[in-house]
This record gives sequence, structure tokens and C-alpha cells, in this order.
Amino acid sequence: MNPFPVPPRRVTIIALLALLALLLAPFAVPPYQTVLLSYGLVFAIAALGFNLLLGYTGLLSFGHSAYFGVGAYAVAFIVKYLGIESMEVFILGGVLASAVVAALFGFLCVRYTRIFFGILTLALSQVLWSLTYKFFWYTGGSDGLRVPTPHLVAGAVRMARGAAEDKLGFLSHRYYYYVLVLFVLCVAVMWVIVHSPFGKALQAIRDNETRAEFVGVQVWRYRWVAFLISGAFTGLAGALWVPLNGLTTPDIMHWTFSGEIVFFTVLGGFQTFFGPVIGAIVFNYLKTFAVGYTVYWQMFLGVVLVVLVLVLPSGIVGTANRLALRLRRAPAT
Amino acid sequence: MSILETDKLTKYFGETHAVDHVDFTVTEGEVLALIGSNGAGKTTLVNLISGLIPPDSGTIRFQGADITSASIHKKIGLGIARSFQLVNLFDQLTTLDNVALALFSRDGKTRKLLTLSDADTAVRDEAMAILQQFGLDARARMAARGLSQGERKLLDVAVAYALRPKLLFLDEPTSGVSTREKAPIMDIITSVVRSGKITAVIIEHDMDVVFTYCPRIVAMHQGAILADGTPEQIRNNEQVTANLLGTQAHS
Amino acid sequence: MDTLLIHILNSLLYASVLFLIAGGLSLIYGVMRIVNMAHGNLYAFGAYTSAWAVGRVLGNAPSASPALYALLPVGAVAAAGLGALLEPTLLRPLYKRAEEYQLLITFGLLLILEDLMRLIWGPYPLSVSALYEGLGSLSIGESIYPTYNLVVIVVGGAAAAGLWAFVYRTQFGVVLRATSQNMRMASALGVNVNRVYVEAFTLGCFMAGLGGAIVVPQQGAVLGMGPDALILAFVVVVIGGLGSLEGALIGALMVGVVREFGITFFPEIELAVLYLMAAIVLLIRPAGLLGRA
Repeated sequence: MNPFPVPPRRVTIIALLALLALLLAPFAVPPYQTVLLSYGLVFAIAALGFNLLLGYTGLLSFGHSAYFGVGAYAVAFIVKYLGIESMEVFILGGVLASAVVAALFGFLCVRYTRIFFGILTLALSQVLWSLTYKFFWYTGGSDGLRVPTPHLVAGAVRMARGAAEDKLGFLSHRYYYYVLVLFVLCVAVMWVIVHSPFGKALQAIRDNETRAEFVGVQVWRYRWVAFLISGAFTGLAGALWVPLNGLTTPDIMHWTFSGEIVFFTVLGGFQTFFGPVIGAIVFNYLKTFAVGYTVYWQMFLGVVLVVLVLVLPSGIVGTANRLALRLRRAPAT
Repeated sequence: MSILETDKLTKYFGETHAVDHVDFTVTEGEVLALIGSNGAGKTTLVNLISGLIPPDSGTIRFQGADITSASIHKKIGLGIARSFQLVNLFDQLTTLDNVALALFSRDGKTRKLLTLSDADTAVRDEAMAILQQFGLDARARMAARGLSQGERKLLDVAVAYALRPKLLFLDEPTSGVSTREKAPIMDIITSVVRSGKITAVIIEHDMDVVFTYCPRIVAMHQGAILADGTPEQIRNNEQVTANLLGTQAHS
Repeated sequence: MDTLLIHILNSLLYASVLFLIAGGLSLIYGVMRIVNMAHGNLYAFGAYTSAWAVGRVLGNAPSASPALYALLPVGAVAAAGLGALLEPTLLRPLYKRAEEYQLLITFGLLLILEDLMRLIWGPYPLSVSALYEGLGSLSIGESIYPTYNLVVIVVGGAAAAGLWAFVYRTQFGVVLRATSQNMRMASALGVNVNRVYVEAFTLGCFMAGLGGAIVVPQQGAVLGMGPDALILAFVVVVIGGLGSLEGALIGALMVGVVREFGITFFPEIELAVLYLMAAIVLLIRPAGLLGRA
């Protein structure tokens, strides 16, 4: 038997094709579309982190905007207080800061049952939001903090100075590939984590907390580590997001953004590995479209979420899997 | 040599004495049955010893060491394991993974998060061997929730067994299973227990199973031990027959 | 001295409203084991409905007749009606499923209600300050204090007493408590659990709506008030314990006091102080002061 589990061939082929499409995107579509796709990939990284907790450990957090926001503000602070504009430093700072906050919040939250856990995560992220909003002399308050375009790969890749148009070119080519590389890395690392013995322990905790305890897994400790990793991934996403946005504001710490993270994970299907990734990318397009269409797009999200829960709980990817399974079985019946 | 001793172990639920100053001793290597009508305190006693609930008073000693307030994790580490009356499995994991997880945990490997679990051939092979002992190897790749009730009961025991405990508590391993499946299940369990030299305490309601497989029987009633002896002695014990055997289900 | 009294009265004011909201949340959880993420929006719905109804009747009249005060509770009734509609349609299908789904669907409901209120009543706040000023003010020492605030405190106290009587002294209360302690046993004894659930949910929504209705003369109805109230209600149930009405009362009092003194002395970080307190409580007593596991 093959000791290295290759995912089913169908999935590998689709993934490789998707990767090819992503690699060719900047040459095939206008720069605006590539930047939009970059946002999608960034949210997909956040979704990967979030789903480690939801899909694999069974913990539904309503406060993940906190880690995204901490990652983003860490970048802004690095620029503001250290004057550094290196993307690598941004990433390091963002991941470290969000991991520390996740460690702290996680310590408080993971001892509790699922409903309490949801309440606590929401509440803690709102506390952070209110602090970010109110301490405006550090954080710029509701105006936020601007962040200039960083240089990549220790200064090797830069935006050309003086050419205002190059920002879009920079973001839609060099920065896009940077994000893509990190996205592929995140997918690979998360894949290994969820298929590791640790990942199996998390799934055991999700399926049966008591039994997990009785095979010797110290449940709250494992939940805490999962929380930490989840926060770090989401913080990385926040750090990658800031240069795209050029600016960070308290909005990304607000519960509404946490809700979006929950939404796109469920949309894609939280019981699969790639579901949240697809959901994040689809959602990004959905939101861009809907916001231009109506003021009441929050209601639209809410309706879709209700429908998903009642009718399609396995989300896009999950439902697609089921359909594929049924189609494959059909000839035999 | 006694492997487990409880001394005046007590647990109240409100006014009820679920377990009432119980002195319970288990000798190393034996296979004993714990019987009693519903509410007698059998499961509560096992819950106390295995660490699911804390006692109100009394002590528990395992291999001489006091484990009364030890955590579940500590008790597992010392070699106490249990299965559950209402099957407790990791339903979305495969049968193989259910057992493999116990092995990873036993060997301290659950901390590894950057290696693939399927790459650990040692664990995989041992898990398959255990499944074979329990007759579940054909189901290795099936998700646990897809197994039949009898298979689930066996898997529940297999997961506990995979920890290679010194003392194994089995809570009604044949409940909910059809009559003709009971004997094969008990055969597997007793052969596995004997070959592993595991001390086993089996909670059971089915007296045929009890008399056939267990050389020592401890009967509980209303939180206290009513009688303790061989099947012959229990059968002839008037208190036991009056309180318990008349209400036991004979299959 | 009178400033202290005013601080105390303000604390009781917050506590009253918080008790109504958090008490409703806790009641619903106690009986049905669900947390309605949209609970704050029912409070907001009550506020908006009352403000709208009173505004319609008031027209442009400068003063408020006593009858208008009697109209205020219409918000509570509206919220209760909404709850009675929502439970059988959105919640009942999910009882057999994992808890995550209830949280997800009620979260979706939160999003829907937020925009629904914007759709119906527009993005600007609704105010019925005429009702607030209509009762005038009292002198407390050298300061003056709005009389309406005392009305809120009285209503809150009455609600607490009434709820206690209802839960512990009536037939329905017995059924409620039985179902909350052991749903299967209650069902086996002939209790129509579905009906108890919808009634408990309606009652919880009524309380939230009442909170909104009585606070709207003081604060007006504004978008975003729902989730903000939910966060505070969460602090209350974290401290007091989810599922316990007494816990909701104690939690509400504690939060009311800390909030009042926090706003006075540490305005930037008052929410953080509240959560610090909640965190300390959780570290000592994980289920809250009076919570059930």
C-alpha cells in the first residue's frame, strides 16, 4: 500500500488544472481581475485557517476577524513605528502578533462547550475592535492607517518609483505571484497538518470529545494548539491583505467580517479540505457583484446562509462531491 | 496481587447513594463480571475509577499508587482503559483510523503535526493486526458510522484494547446486539484479553454471558456490593437471586 | 452623595434593560439549549416597532399623552410574534442536527434582520424623545434626574419579579422547568414539547422586545443596536451562567454597575473592562456564577 496518500486522482487533476489557471491569470485577464483574484486567494488562506477549527476540530468561531485584523495592524505598525517596508518582515510580524493574540484568546475560549465558545470568540473580537477604534492615536481610529506598497523578497522585487501606474502593474503581477506562492504553501502545509497524527487527534476531538480524552488525548490542549495555528494562518492572510488594500481600518476587526469568514467557509463546504478555499474565492466575486447591486447585500448573505443550512449544508464542494458520487453509481443501478 | 483497590468509595447524586462506601478489589490477570440491576451503581463505579466523574469520598489505588484524584490522562498513562455502554467512536474517521489514533496517542505521536499519519507504517500495521484480532479488518477503510451495531461494539473495545492497558473496563459489550452475535463477540474479547494478559472487568446484564465467560462475579445493589464469588456461589446466593437474577434478561 | 445615587440609578437602569435581554436569552437556552444569535435583533426590532408606532400616533404633536406610554409595549408583542413565527420555521428543523447549524442559521437571521430593519425604517435613527421628556425629572439633591429612567428601573424589577413568579409559581412554569431539565422525560409524561419550545422562545423574544420598547424613549432606535446589545448580553450570561434567570439578574446588575462606572472613569476601555471581569469570573467558575454545565 502506498505510504504517501495521494488524494483521489480526480482531485489532483482538478487541483493541477486550477493551479495552471492561477499561474496564467495575469496574462489572460485584465489587471483589475488579477487583483480581485489576489483578494480571493488571501481570503482563501484565512478560510483554510478558520476551517482547521471548524471542519477539523468542531469549533465554530465567530471572532476570527480579530486575527486577520491583528495581522493587518501589525503590518501597519511596522510601517508606522519601525519604518520598515519589507514584505517578509510584514509577514513575520503579522503571523507572530496574531499567534500571540490567538494564544491568549484561545486559552480563554477552548475550555468551553461549543455554544459558549462561539459567544466568547465573538465577544473577545469585539473587545479588540473597540480598542482599535478608540485608541485612535495609535491606530488612526476609524480613518485607519495607510500602508505603502512593500518591497518583496528582501528588496529584490520593487515597485518602480515615480510611476503611479506601476502600482496596479506591481499588484497584478509581482505581488499576485507572491501571494500565489504563499497560497500554495499554505495549502500544502495545512494539508499535511490535517493528515498528520495531530490532525487525526483533532478530528477525534471533533467526533467524540469524551472518547478522545479516554484514548489519552488532552482535549483542551489540542484545541488550544489548533486555535493558535488557525489564528496564525488568518493573521498571515491579514498581513497579505494590507498591501492590496493600501490601508487598514477597524472594519476588518468588526464582527461583520468574522461573519463573512464563517459564511464563505460554509458556502464552500466546511466538511471538505478545499471547500473553504473555493467558498472564499466565490464569495469574493459574489460580494464584489452584490455590493455594486444593492445596499441590502447583508440580507442577501443572510438568506443564502439560511438556505445553505437548511438545504445544502455541505456547501458547494460537498454537494459537488455528492453529485459526482451519485453520477458514478448511477450506471450500476 | 491486587491491581486495583477501592476503599470506601462514595458518590452521591443529590440524595441517592449511587456508590456507597464500596470496597472493591481486582486481582491482576483476572476476568470478572460486575452485575446488578439498573441503578445498582456499576457504571458509576466504573466512571469513578476511570476518572469520568470525581468521587465524593474514599480512595482508589492502582498497583499500589493512589489515583483517586488523578486526571483521565494520567490514568490512561498508568494503564487503565475502558469501553462504553453507548458506543463512543470517532464516527467520521475510518475503522482503521479509530484504532490508529489510540496507537498514536499511546506512543505520544499525536503531537506530530508535520508528518503524514499514513506514513507511519508501524502504527498502521499494528492497527491492522488489532483489527484482524477483532475480525474487523475487512472494514478497515469504512467510516466508523457505517458499521453494524455488533461491529461498532467490537471497535469500541478494540480502541480501548489498542492502548494495551493493564486494566480494562468493558461496559456492556454485548448490549444492543442480537443474541447470536453475543457469543462471537465475547469469544473475541476474552481471547484478546487472555492473550494480552489484561485484567478485565466486564459490566453485563446478560447472565448467560456472565456465567459462561467470567470466573468471578461481583454483584451490586443500590450502590453497595451484595455478593462476590464464583458463578456457582452467585447462583446459590439467595440475596442475589432475589434481587437480581429474577429480573435479569435470559436469552 | 447625590452623584453616587445617580450612578446607582444609572446602573440599575442598564441592569434593567440588560436583564430583559439576557434573561430572555438565558430562558431560551435553559429550555431549548439553543443560543439565538439574532436575539439582539429582536431587542432592536422591539425598539423600532415601538418607536414607529408611537411616532405614527404622536404625529407632530409636541407633547405625549399617557395613552402613548401604554402603546410602548407593542414592540414587545411584535418581537414575540416574530419569535413565534421563526421557531417553527427556522429552528425546529435543526434540533436533531449539530449545534453549529443552529448558530449558523441564527447568525444568518441576524444578517437578514439587520438589513430588514434598514429596509423598513431606513438608515436614520427613530426617536421618541417626547415620551422621555414627557415625564419630566426629579431633583436628587442638587441634580436633576429624568423620571422616565425610574420607570425603566421599575419595569425591569417588575419583569424580574413577574418572570420569577411565572416560572416558579404557575402551571406553565412547572412544565417549562420540567422540559428544561429533561426533555425526553417531559415528553414521555405527555408534555407537548414542540408547544413548550415555541412558547418559551416567544417569551424570550417578548422579553428582548420589551427591553427595546422601554429603552427607546431614552436612546432611540438605531441600526447596529442589536448586535451591540447581544455582545453585552453575552457578558451577562457568561458571568451569571447560561440557563439561569437568577444568574442573568446578578450578571445584569454587575454589568450595569461596571458599565456605569466604566463609562464615567474609563470611557475608552469600558468594554474591555467588562470582558476582563467576565474573563476573571470564567477562570474561577467556568460555568458562570450560577450556570448549569
